Amino acid sequence: MDVMVPAPGDTSPLERFEAYVAAEGKVESDTWMPDAYRNTLVRQISQHAHSEIIGMQPEGNWLTRAPSLQRKAILLAKVQDEAGHGLYLYAAAETLGASRDDMVDALLAGTAKYSSIFNYPTPTWADIGAIGWLVDGAAIMNQVPLCRCSYGPYARAMKRICKEESFHQRQGFDILLTLCRGTDAQRAMAQDALDRWWWPSLMMFGPHDADSPHSATSMRWRIKRFSNDELRQRFVDVTAPQASYLGLRIPDDDLAYDERTGHWRFGEPDWDEFHRVLAGDGPCSAERIERRTRAHAEGAWVREAADAYARRHAETTAA
Amino acid sequence: MTTSRRLDLWEVFVRARGGLHHAHVGSIHASDAEMALENARDVFTRRGEAASLWVVPSDAIVASDPADADELFAPALDKEFRHPTFYEVPDGVANL
Repeated sequence: MDVMVPAPGDTSPLERFEAYVAAEGKVESDTWMPDAYRNTLVRQISQHAHSEIIGMQPEGNWLTRAPSLQRKAILLAKVQDEAGHGLYLYAAAETLGASRDDMVDALLAGTAKYSSIFNYPTPTWADIGAIGWLVDGAAIMNQVPLCRCSYGPYARAMKRICKEESFHQRQGFDILLTLCRGTDAQRAMAQDALDRWWWPSLMMFGPHDADSPHSATSMRWRIKRFSNDELRQRFVDVTAPQASYLGLRIPDDDLAYDERTGHWRFGEPDWDEFHRVLAGDGPCSAERIERRTRAHAEGAWVREAADAYARRHAETTAA
Repeated sequence: MTTSRRLDLWEVFVRARGGLHHAHVGSIHASDAEMALENARDVFTRRGEAASLWVVPSDAIVASDPADADELFAPALDKEFRHPTFYEVPDGVANL
């Protein structure tokens, strides 16, 4: 039976739950929770897990072509981290009753969403720098507040992930810094990557608050701590000076520091593109799912062999 | 679409270094104990977090029923005298 969160008086389970999370109470898998809270979390956590798993591909594209043995080893470690993050998150979603097989099947069937950013291609080495610096930077901005999420298993997974992510962003910046201190051609390559990744990175924070219908509920339930627009602003504020340091130009004519507010003003992302890519019509959407499906199918014999071995071993031990 | 039997769920406990107790860190899927240990190492100890690892089949864990928490743990709350702060220590008395 589910434990009912404590609250005095004659209140409904929903009212008690709302009061409990509003007072920063932490929810565990055996705490009574409204179906909508459970469903919201399963959707968010599984999408997050899928993003980590699909996110291995754009970077995996450069594993064999990284420019030095050390860059190769670093990138391999980073991609392995992304796999680990996917596993932490799938496990967190499972505590809510979701089945791993169902989640994987939904991803492969194309019915589950994942971050639109991973549907963009990585044609140059500078893209690996831009992903670490911008994409992981935006992800960290989103994820740090999730360490205080009301759902315990998700919050604990996010703490591990954030601890591991900090090297990801720095290694990306380091790649771009090296390119920006190099030849004209290397600087041009870095600028080209920034030109392509800037806007999709801003889109990672999701639609404007006014167009994000579930945000208010998620904030009331202490799943979200800051609105999409707040986090996007914070990202621009910290990233603009970093771009200056690199000597790169952010591709936004409206970008300007506002002395009065202490914030950077910036232009409007192309929301049509955002919705198109999110709906599965990104430059690499089909390729990403096709490749994951192939990897899953090609791993089937490993799962079957492990299963057969475990059964045989159990029988031998029992005999 | 998934062909094989669903892998079993295992709970992972890590001892960060000698002298500390093993603490629960999360769960993984594996078909047997050996794979569970290897997967736990790969997923939870990539940065030297462990001096020792335990893996336990999740269904081997016996947990208290959260619905019984009040009855189970409330008696402890009645016994404030188990805590040293219950007792008044007069001024002038030291080393107590």
